[in-house]
Order: sequence, then C-alpha cells, then structure tokens
Amino acid sequence: MAFELKKKNILILGILGVALVIVLQLFNLQILDEEYKITASNNAFRYDIRYPARGIIYDRNGKILVGNETAYDIMITPYEVKDLDTADLCAIFGLEIEEVRATLAEYRKYRRRIGYQTLPFVKQISPAQYSVFLEKAYKFQGFSAVSRTIRSYPYNACGNLLGYISEVDTSYIRKNPEYKRGDYVGRTGIEQSYETILRGVKGYNIFLRDVHNKIKSNFAEGKYDKEAVPGKNITASIDAELQQYVESLMVNKVGSVVAIEPSTGEILTLVSSPGLEVSKLATINKHYSEIVNDPYKPMFNRAVMSPYPPGSVFKLVNGLIALQEGVIDTVMTYPCNMGYKVGRGIACHAHPSPTNLTSSIMMSCNAYYANAFRRIIDNPAYPNVTAAFESWKEYVESFGFGLKLGSDLPGEQGGVLPSTKTYDRIHGKNRWKSLSIISLSIGQGEIGTTPLHLANLAATLANRGYFYTPHIIKGAEDTTLNSDFSQRHYTKVDTSNFRKVIHGMYLAVNSEPGSGATARIAAVPGLDICGKTGTAQNPHGKDHSVFICFAPKDNPKVAVAAYIENAGFGATWAAPIASLLVERYLKGKVERTDLEAYVISGNLIQNVPIPKR
Amino acid sequence: MIAGQLYRKLDWPLIITWFALVMIGWISVFASVYDEEHAHILDISQRYGMQFIWIITSLIIASFILFVINPKLYNVLAWILYFMSMLLLFAVIFVGVEVNGSKSWFMIGPVRVQPAELAKITTSFALASMMSAYNFRLKRFSSLVKVGLVIVVPMLLIILEKETGSALVFASFLFVLYREGLSGWYLTFGILAILLFVVTLAFSSFTSMILLFVLMVVAKTAFSKRYLHNIVFLAAYLPVLILSPRVGELKFIPWALKDVEWLAVFMTVPLLYFMYKAIREKTRYMKYILLSFFVSTALIFSVQFFFDEVLQDHQRARIENLLGVTEDLQGAGYNVHQSKIAIGSGGFFGKGFLKGTQTKFNFVPEQSTDFIFCTVGEEWGFAGSLVVVGLFVFMLIRILTLAERQKDNFTRIYGYALASVIFMHFFINIGMTIGIMPVIGIPLPFVSYGGSSLWAFTIFLFVFIRLDLERWK
Repeated sequence: MAFELKKKNILILGILGVALVIVLQLFNLQILDEEYKITASNNAFRYDIRYPARGIIYDRNGKILVGNETAYDIMITPYEVKDLDTADLCAIFGLEIEEVRATLAEYRKYRRRIGYQTLPFVKQISPAQYSVFLEKAYKFQGFSAVSRTIRSYPYNACGNLLGYISEVDTSYIRKNPEYKRGDYVGRTGIEQSYETILRGVKGYNIFLRDVHNKIKSNFAEGKYDKEAVPGKNITASIDAELQQYVESLMVNKVGSVVAIEPSTGEILTLVSSPGLEVSKLATINKHYSEIVNDPYKPMFNRAVMSPYPPGSVFKLVNGLIALQEGVIDTVMTYPCNMGYKVGRGIACHAHPSPTNLTSSIMMSCNAYYANAFRRIIDNPAYPNVTAAFESWKEYVESFGFGLKLGSDLPGEQGGVLPSTKTYDRIHGKNRWKSLSIISLSIGQGEIGTTPLHLANLAATLANRGYFYTPHIIKGAEDTTLNSDFSQRHYTKVDTSNFRKVIHGMYLAVNSEPGSGATARIAAVPGLDICGKTGTAQNPHGKDHSVFICFAPKDNPKVAVAAYIENAGFGATWAAPIASLLVERYLKGKVERTDLEAYVISGNLIQNVPIPKR
Repeated sequence: MIAGQLYRKLDWPLIITWFALVMIGWISVFASVYDEEHAHILDISQRYGMQFIWIITSLIIASFILFVINPKLYNVLAWILYFMSMLLLFAVIFVGVEVNGSKSWFMIGPVRVQPAELAKITTSFALASMMSAYNFRLKRFSSLVKVGLVIVVPMLLIILEKETGSALVFASFLFVLYREGLSGWYLTFGILAILLFVVTLAFSSFTSMILLFVLMVVAKTAFSKRYLHNIVFLAAYLPVLILSPRVGELKFIPWALKDVEWLAVFMTVPLLYFMYKAIREKTRYMKYILLSFFVSTALIFSVQFFFDEVLQDHQRARIENLLGVTEDLQGAGYNVHQSKIAIGSGGFFGKGFLKGTQTKFNFVPEQSTDFIFCTVGEEWGFAGSLVVVGLFVFMLIRILTLAERQKDNFTRIYGYALASVIFMHFFINIGMTIGIMPVIGIPLPFVSYGGSSLWAFTIFLFVFIRLDLERWK
C-alpha cells in the first residue's frame, strides 16, 4: 500500500510542478515583463509614425544637390472607414474610382489580417491637395495624413551619382526587417551608399484606444513617445558647377569623364553619358520603363561599371614597369618604321624615328612599347615567362587595375586583368611567350579598365606614385567616414621613375607644332597640363577616343580621364573635353570658346552601334 | 443504504469546482465575443447565448448520470462503447466535415460533435475494464501489448483525421499505467527524452550532452546515497567538461575536433570508470543509468534528423518558434505573440470585466475556444489566472485522492484516466497561451466555448462522481 501511495504522491508532485511552471510564467508575463504592456503590437495602442527628414546632400562648395520638399501620404485605417463617399475622395486625389473600389474590397477581404493597422492609401500628394483634403477630412472617417519628405533637385546635374529613393517592397523588407511598409530607401548612387547616414530614425506618438476602439488620449502624456531624428546631411566631393559643365560637353556622346583631386582622392566630377536626367529622379517610378528601354542604358554608370580596353594610355604603366625593372632607361632608343615588325607585328603611325622614352610617350610610338614589353616579359632575371608575367601583373595591380578600387560608388567593377591561367587556356601551358601577348604593351587585348581606373592612374601619376581610393563623399555631419579613404596606396614603382614618364606627358601636350606630339590640342597656356592620348581599337565599330591628364605639372590640382566611345583618335574628342574640364576648373572660365563650341555641337552618338535586344 | 442517504455522500467539492469553472468559462466567452448590439448574455444568436444552452443541457446530462443510469453498466458496456466509438472515429474520416484542416467533426443538424472527445471517455472505460480484471497483470508482456493497443488505436485514427493535438492527449494514459504498476523508468525516460529534445534544439547537442552527464551523476548520487563523494566529483569535473573544447585552441594540440567531440573525449574516462564499477560491484541501478545514458546520447544525435526529416513544416515552425530559435511574429508565432500580449497586458488585477482590448475584435484567433485563457488573463489579471489554475489543481488532486479511496479497481483506474486527460488539456492549453508549449489546438476543459467539449468533459467527470458513490454501498 505504501508503494501505491508513493506513486500517487509523485503524480501529485508532477501536477504541482506543472502548475508552478505555469504560475511562474504568468507572473513573468503579467507582473515582471513590461514589454507586453507597451509593445508595438499591443493592439490597445495606436502608433502614429513620425517620419524623419532625410539628410541633405551638398556639393563641395555648399550648393544643395539634393534637398527636401514636403508632401503628404494619405493613410487609411480600414476598420474605421464608415459611410465613405468614394467619388468625392477620388475627385480630391484624382484617382480612378474602380481602382479604389478594388483596393477597398481587398482590405475587406484581408480584414482579419489587417486588424487595426493603418496602411498607406495614396502617396506623395501635394500640399495643395492636402489642404483640400483637410477641409473635407470630417467626411472621411478612417483616413488621416502623414507628412513625408520627398526629394528635390535644385541643381540639374549628377543624375547618375545621386541615386533615388523609393518605397521598400516586400522582398526588400524580408531581407531588411528593420524597414517597414511605407518606408523609403535609397537606391543606387549616394542615396544607397550612405543610406544609414541619410535616413535618420523614425519616431512615433502612442495613442491609447478604449474598448470601443476609439482613440482616447496620448498614452502616459507622451512619456513613451519618440521624436523622429532627422537624417544627417552629407557633403559630396562633387563640384556641381563643373559636373554640370562637363555634362553639357557630353551631350550626344557616349562615354565617361572622371576628374579626381589627386591630393585627396575626392571625385570632382563623374559623368556617364547618356545619363539620368535629374528631373526624372523624384518620380522615377513613372519613368522607369522609359529609362529601362532606352538602348543607351542611362542607368548604367559606365564610369565605374564598364570595362574598356585602355589603349595607348596604358603605355605609361608599361613604361613605368620597364623603368622599375631596369630593362630600359631614358637614353635607350628603338627604331619605328610604321610599326613593330616581329611576329604578327603592331602597326604604328608616321612619326620621327627612333624614339626614346620621352619621345615615345610624346608621340605614342607603338614599336617602343612592343620592345619594352618584350624586355619585361623575357627578362632573364626571371626563371620563365610565367614568372615574369606574374611580376608584371603584380605591378599592374598595384595601380588598382583588375581590382575594385573600393570607392563608395555602388556597382563599381574591377575590370579585367588576364592571368597566366587565361593564357594557358588560350595557348596551352608553356606554349605562350612575350610575343603572344604583345597587345598588352599598348593596352589592348585581354585587359579591361573602367574610366575610374584611368582617372585613378592620372591621379597616381600626378602624385608621382601613390593614390587615395577615389570617393564621392567629403564628409557627413558628426560621422567619421571610412578611414581607408585617407590612406595612401603606393604603387610598386619609385617616384623617380614617375618623373621621367611625366616629362613625356608634359611634352605630349606642350611641344612645338611639328614635333609629332599627340595631344597639343589639350594645351592651355599657363596650366602646364600633362597628358597622354589613347585610341582604343574596337572590333565593334569606330575606335574609342581616350585621354588622361593632370594639371598643373607641379602641385597638381586635378586629374582627369575621358573615354568617348566610337569617337576616333584620342586627340579628336577625349583630349579637348578633358582639357576644357581642366581649364574650367583651374581658371573658372573657358577662353577657348571655339573649341568649346566644337565639342558641344559634336554628335557622336550616331557612331555607337545599338546593341540588338 | 437507501438512495436518499447515498446521495448525501455526493462529492460536493468536485461538483462546485466543476460549476465554478463552467461559470468562469461562460463569463469569459461572453467577454471574448461581446458585442454591444447583442448585449444580453442569453442572446442565443451569439456564442455566449449558445454556451448557456450547452451549460443547461450539461446539467441535465449530469443529473441523468447521477440519478438515472446504473453505474454498473459502465464496466459491462465498456467494450461495446469502446468499439462503437472507434467505429465513429473511423467513419468521421469519410463523412466528417472539415474544420480548420482536420476532418474530425460530425454535423448533426446544427450541432457539431467530435467523436474524439467521446473516445477519451470510452477508452478510459476500456482501460479500466481491462486492467481491473482479476487475471490482469501489467508486468506481463502480452498484457502490456493489449493495453498499448487500446490506447494506440484511437490515437492512430485521430492522427488520420489530422487532429494531432487530440491524439497527443491519449499519451497521458501513460500516467494511468504508471499508477497501475508500470515501472517509473518508462515515465522518467519519456520525460528525459522530451527534455533532451528541447535542449538539443534550443541550444546545442553540446549543452544537451553536458545536461545528460549532470543528470547521470545526480541519479547515481540519489541511488548510491554517497552525496559528498559525488558532489565533489561533479564540482571538479563539470568545469573540465564545459571547457573541454578550449583544449583544441592550445598551440601544441594538432587535432581539430568539434566541440562535441572534445566533450566525448573527456567523458570517456569517467564513463569507463562507471562501467568498470557497475560490472565489478554488480549494481543494478548503475546499469540502468548507463543504459539510459547511451540511449539518450543516441537520441540527442538523432533529434536533428528527426526534426529535419520526420516533422512537417508547420510543426517544425511551431516548435522552432516556441524554443525561440526563430521569431516569426506574422506567421507561426502570431497567435502566441498576440496571446502573450493579451495575458501580459492584464497585470495583477486585470483590466476588469469587458474592459479587455486585446481579446476583442479577433486579435487573438480562436479566442472563445482554444485561446479562452487569454480573456481570463487580460480581464482578471494574475489574480484571476491564479484562481483558474488553482481550481484545476484542486480538481485534479481531488480526483486522485478519491480514486485512491476506491475499493473497486475499475473506479480507481477510471479516475486516474480522467485526471490524466484533464491534466493534459490543462497543461497544453494554458501552456500554449503563455508560450511554454507549442500551439496545439485543444480546448480548456469546462471553460472553452463548445457543446461537444463541454458535454464530453461533464459526462467524463460526472460518471466518476457517480461511480465514487458506489463505495458507500
């Protein structure tokens, strides 16, 4: 009997144990845990969201690039809607009555899920419509208005850099649960890169409902309310005036122009043409299909996303490497008789021969760089071609080529740099030599660089051997930016070798007529521009026109790369555009008005083959 | 003893407890679906009006059971009733109406009846009848199989109706078997398995193994009674086990093992020692403990497999949500979150009758049936919740106490079955509303809205109250 009693008591202990667990949890929920009394999903509270103003984006001189305007969102609490005059409501906001009826039917269908939630009904109505709504608000039970800020763009420039804001969609919310329906988020450009700084923090007012679901009062006299914290303003490194000027030069041309301040890595101007018009950003949804269907892809930021063959401007890099490796010096010369005749050979244009380092840069001699490149790759200091090539590649990568530079521009691409594996695949292992890859000597072949890479090369040359990661943001209110942007990145080439190459670049622009210098069109008296032209061969059509430069020669203030698609010689279009930029930036005005008029009127877009869709 | 005197022995504490719970249920149903346009509590167009009808009919049924039906019939008819109810369980799969995805309801005119409710009673009859027979010995294997079949058949049929929650209730008959002589090891091991399952999923197999080791040493201590010896061992060796994965971080250790593998390495030594002692000293309990240890280890490592491969998506979601592995307040966690808000917002004394805001307007789904406890928690607060929990605990202990006083084994076993079923409903239902059990849709006995459930539990209880009278004859 004792045994049986014991079993009964064990079971009773079990019951008491379970009851204790339940009571403890009840105690926890009902007495200890405050969370369940003032939680956002507590249905007795109505949370009215207060949206913060988004941060303003200034240019480097304090001009507003992106500002704010007030607009209103009309909100609906479906449960509270009673005796709605749908026709009147539609008249105020200019809505289709059928659509509104369908939406309301939808709300009725999901009413259990929606409960007492307040949902956005019409977005971004103007202050004028809002005042009409206010007058009649008593007629529209269950509707309310929330003030929102929408973006305004006082300066007609930088369409591709700023990005836009749009309402978050379901898939975005799933990935970023801190966003709620009705929130806006920056897409592309600065708006996306600096979203966390710009967006600010939402606040709310808490109101209490009674049993009849009427709003009774501000809960606890606003003790738990939260003020919205406005987003922080940021200053872009862009010079809005300069940007606007270059955009006007690039009308009817396809390509990119990038200007960097070499001493900081700050991007002064970054144009991708054709680009987005600023006027379309605020209402991008309306224009979206038009933009997407444009064959020239205005959303595509060529300056950071498009890998192009660099062409002759890449000779500068090969020259620097050859100097550093000690396989050439400044007095060595190579003959050129309309090209380099070994193997398949590389053609060249007519110019005085032979050339040394300086004159080869000045006149852009292909034969010189074919020789120099072969000496790098066939350098007996390395055990084999592969090792020499790997060493060459390390040099090239130290300039940032083939890698993402790590700028704050969304979508930045790393370009293309061939590896030994690439050539093993093409030619077979140990079946290739310097002559097989000779195109690289003049920046053709298996290499792709973005205009940003080329501008960075110009800045590296200006700094005589190092660069700062290019970036588009100068600073933000009480926030420290990526410290990596203030770090110097040194190339593997010594400063002394840079000086030798820069001498050639100086002469390419500033030589006497008849000297054979390729970039004389870029010369501006007093500015000491140093530059290098490029004409990138293009199997799909006319050659691309390329030019990089920096100025002045001593203490450079600006480094530029211009890459114009299907525009022919580097000197014809890219050099004038880049030099006009430099003139405008350094002198504040352009005196070469004939050249300016020639550039603006130039229509090169017709040369660009439209890709078949 | 003549009839009039016999009825003076009626167990009024149980009847009053029953009545109190039913009244609390009625008031709560009223509060949870209260609607000003139908403000009268007797308005039968509303659930509270209907509940009043169920309560009146329940009273009639209860009187019928107390005063009309001969209690000897239950034992005599036990098997016939059992087989009839199995037939109904089977039939409902084909002719039942579908409610919330399960086909477990008969539609008889305006009334919905769930045969699973009935089956709990008839299974209790069958169990009581079988186990109270003279020649029945639970220790016998064939008997155990028979008892198992009586329990498992309705469970399987109910699972076929996709009414898994109700099927789970039948597992509570294990308590009856325990009382009637089943070794406590089964029960202990069952609870241990659930504990390890939860810990493994909520934390990791590493934590689970440590817990298992501690439990093993505690069990060893309890049996060997060498307290100091074992406590010192545990205090010294537990830190070693917890820190065992850190060994892999030492420079001169070349092996890269997982945390659990390091743990296994360090557990081997004491385990080998325990095994050696168990064999040498021929201690029976130590063999059981070690056996449990190894079976549990296998369990821990098959839990993940079971969880990933056997359970269905929504079940997995509910369990993960309960354990806090995932938090999904819109999907699987919605009901529980709303329910916790409702109960939590009640505070100590609650918001007062009809003053609840959370349980109005369908924020909490099924608020008059499965989630009725939310209304109690919100409007009557911690104090009111304590009253309900207290009434259930009192009722359960009272039933067990009465059951132990029986001369007739049939009544005792039936009483235990009754208590087990009420306990399971009480624990799972309240547990799910406060977020300590997964969401399993079974009603709170006597309190939840619904005729089928109220009738069934009233019959279940009053048959016991009537049977209890027999001991005075």
